Amino acid sequence: MDAPAIQPKREVRLGREVQARIGQQLRSLYDDVVKEGVPEHISALVRRLSEQDDGAA
Amino acid sequence: MKLDPAIRDQVLATVPSLRAFAISLCGHVDRADDLVQETLLRALAHIDSFQPGTNMPAWLFTILRNLFRSEYRKRRREVEDADGRYAETLKSHPEQTGRVEFSEFREALAKLPSDQREALILVGASGFSYEEAAGICGCAVGTIKSRVNRARTRLADLLAIDNVDDFGPDRATRAVLAGSGRN
Repeated sequence: MDAPAIQPKREVRLGREVQARIGQQLRSLYDDVVKEGVPEHISALVRRLSEQDDGAA
Repeated sequence: MKLDPAIRDQVLATVPSLRAFAISLCGHVDRADDLVQETLLRALAHIDSFQPGTNMPAWLFTILRNLFRSEYRKRRREVEDADGRYAETLKSHPEQTGRVEFSEFREALAKLPSDQREALILVGASGFSYEEAAGICGCAVGTIKSRVNRARTRLADLLAIDNVDDFGPDRATRAVLAGSGRN
């Protein structure tokens, strides 16, 4: 008699491990941009606007 | 009246993450920086509607997302095939969006429907709670949860992750080992 086939169950739900890997890749991709910090022209813009009088904005 | 420096610093502190989110929405650094700039102009012009002590990142992300959506609606004709075009954009500017070992992941991410991609990034990368992400996207918490789940399932599918070893650093490590003779 044949042994019963082993049912793969990975289709049903994503394992924690797989989810963790996806999360890791996603964050690395995102953090590469975050690490670039604030581009000079943007910090200049914010500083300029924050020094402005209400009427001028 | 000048802007409270503490508020200004909160705005500046949010910019790096805001840019990362913008790039993930636009798939293009230049457009993303325009979007961030426009967001900041709008935010600082309406800074009175921000309540000190509340969530500055969520407030700025909401403004950026709304601007992106309205611009997107305006250009709908142009970007009808938004997801396909997004994928193309990423392919044609791989150097703009990060390191080479992520190219496969980036392409898979680009194939997600935009609402799923957005939800996944807000929760999985920007670090917002489901509740905050729902506030930013103007939808129910349950909707965000299901978008994030579908996004993860689809990504796993696209990347054909049957086995954890097929994915991520291990694969990169193998690639490095395969090329180690030259280094």
